[in-house]
Amino acid sequence: MTMTSFVLFAAEAGRGAADQAVLPLLAALTVFVLAIFVGFEIITKIPPTLHTPLMSGSNAISGITLVGALLAAGHGNQPGVAILGTLAVILATVNVVGGFLVTNRMLEMFRRKR
Amino acid sequence: MDQTTIIALAYLVAAVLFILGLKGLTHPRTAVRGNLLGATGMLVAVLATLIHQDVISYTLIIVGLVIGGLIGAVLAVKIEMTAMPELVALFNGFGGGASVFVAGAEWTRPESYEVMAAAGWGTPVFDASMIAAFLAGLIGAVTFWGSLLAFCKLREFKKFKKPWVFPGMQALNIVLGVLCLVLLAGALMCPAPLGVFWTLVIVASVLGWFLVNPIGGADMPVVIALLNSYSGLAACATGFVLSNSVLIIAGSLVGASGLILTNIMCKAMNRSLGNVLFGVLAPTESDATADEVYGGRVKATSAEEVAMLYDNARRAVIVPGYGMAVAQAQHAVRDLGDLLESRGIEVEYAIHPVAGRMPGHMNVLLAEAEVPYEKLKEMDAINPSFAQTDVVLVIGANDVVNPVARNPKSAIGGMPILDVDKARTVVVVKRSLSPGFAGIPNPLFAADNCLMFFADGKKAVLDLIAAVKEG
Repeated sequence: MTMTSFVLFAAEAGRGAADQAVLPLLAALTVFVLAIFVGFEIITKIPPTLHTPLMSGSNAISGITLVGALLAAGHGNQPGVAILGTLAVILATVNVVGGFLVTNRMLEMFRRKR
Repeated sequence: MDQTTIIALAYLVAAVLFILGLKGLTHPRTAVRGNLLGATGMLVAVLATLIHQDVISYTLIIVGLVIGGLIGAVLAVKIEMTAMPELVALFNGFGGGASVFVAGAEWTRPESYEVMAAAGWGTPVFDASMIAAFLAGLIGAVTFWGSLLAFCKLREFKKFKKPWVFPGMQALNIVLGVLCLVLLAGALMCPAPLGVFWTLVIVASVLGWFLVNPIGGADMPVVIALLNSYSGLAACATGFVLSNSVLIIAGSLVGASGLILTNIMCKAMNRSLGNVLFGVLAPTESDATADEVYGGRVKATSAEEVAMLYDNARRAVIVPGYGMAVAQAQHAVRDLGDLLESRGIEVEYAIHPVAGRMPGHMNVLLAEAEVPYEKLKEMDAINPSFAQTDVVLVIGANDVVNPVARNPKSAIGGMPILDVDKARTVVVVKRSLSPGFAGIPNPLFAADNCLMFFADGKKAVLDLIAAVKEG
């Protein structure tokens, strides 16, 4: 749990620094490195029997690009930005919706009792 | 609280939910809840983004969400469990593609390259956001096209059945890789690098295609795991472009996950990642030819004979491989396991880490057939027990049970295998004596304690069930 609280702290630092132009890169790097460590800690504990749901579930999480896609698609002033953004929204939403749904479908099968 | 703070806090909540969600995946009992936590995190992040002041128009957002949501939902509900590897490959690709478009959109805005425009031609500007955008474009495009090709290969479209190999392919990959780096360096000195960005995306697309092109068959798990990692890293790079913490955190979690899986898959084949990606798996001089190995020593068997073996058995192990997935035999296999258990036989399933076409492929299929996960044993856990096993039934697996792997000079030398040959009797369900992915004959098939049951996986198991019931 200590690892998690570290990242929370770093994430907050990253966001707070976002407006100060110089710090964000360093803060972002901090968040990045700590998140990698958290990832290694947790994922090495996931049993092989769940590796396929892990892939599809983590895949859905990587659909977080949707956040960036929404910002671009909602950008009213420049059509170029908005169109690229919309394409990104479509791809990322397939990833998010499909990923979480199919993972749920698989995991229900593991939980099912006879 | 101002809006920026609210959004930032929401992203923080989302990041925590992702971490807790992955934590839930450490046990099958908590996994469903974990996945829901992850989905909740995504919902929080999306809702927070929608109140962002930069979001002016909602029309295109709604269009995108509806189209994407429909496609995703249909794919997720309709897909057969045996087709899971290609679905994951496809989703990997979409993740990568989304990152390319987001990075591209960000660089279409003139304010993104104000600094570079001011610096003019030839003065290198080390703008972190720009470097990140180019990395997102590079990794994302490789992921998208690589995954698309992996999808085509896994779906076994005729055109992609045989890898398209030509001389100088590795050299071409190196040239393309270097070209990407040159474009990246050139962009640093260019006042309006948007054109360079899209050129890089095109080159990276070709590179992604050619990187996956020579890889096939049993090496697919490694490729899918690696592309999984890339899709995370692309999201992460996009996070650096937008200075967005939740993208960076989620992206690195996925990146780490994919790398760990890649590593596990490589270890399970005793090959380095470089060897899987660029090497060629071919029989070595110490690998005997099929005639030398099999010559008159292979014994064919029938369902009735195997049923008699089960009559006197106390412990039986079933070893599923890709062949079980192809034959869609998982439900029949479960029925056989149940039947044997009802006769007082102890039944377990031995899962090799690279059995199938993606990590955990066999486990999902057997879970679909409602085999309790406690009965699925990992290689290291079950190997010591083969000596006390009366009947091992191998269905559609080959290289992972090939004792030649114990000879370090063989093509698959050093690969950890399931020690099925230690059992009293091994029954191998297989259509013919054709070699597995490694292309080398399997001396197990000619061993004294081995019987070959030549048939399609599903038909063989159904016949076995009938024979056991009669006997």
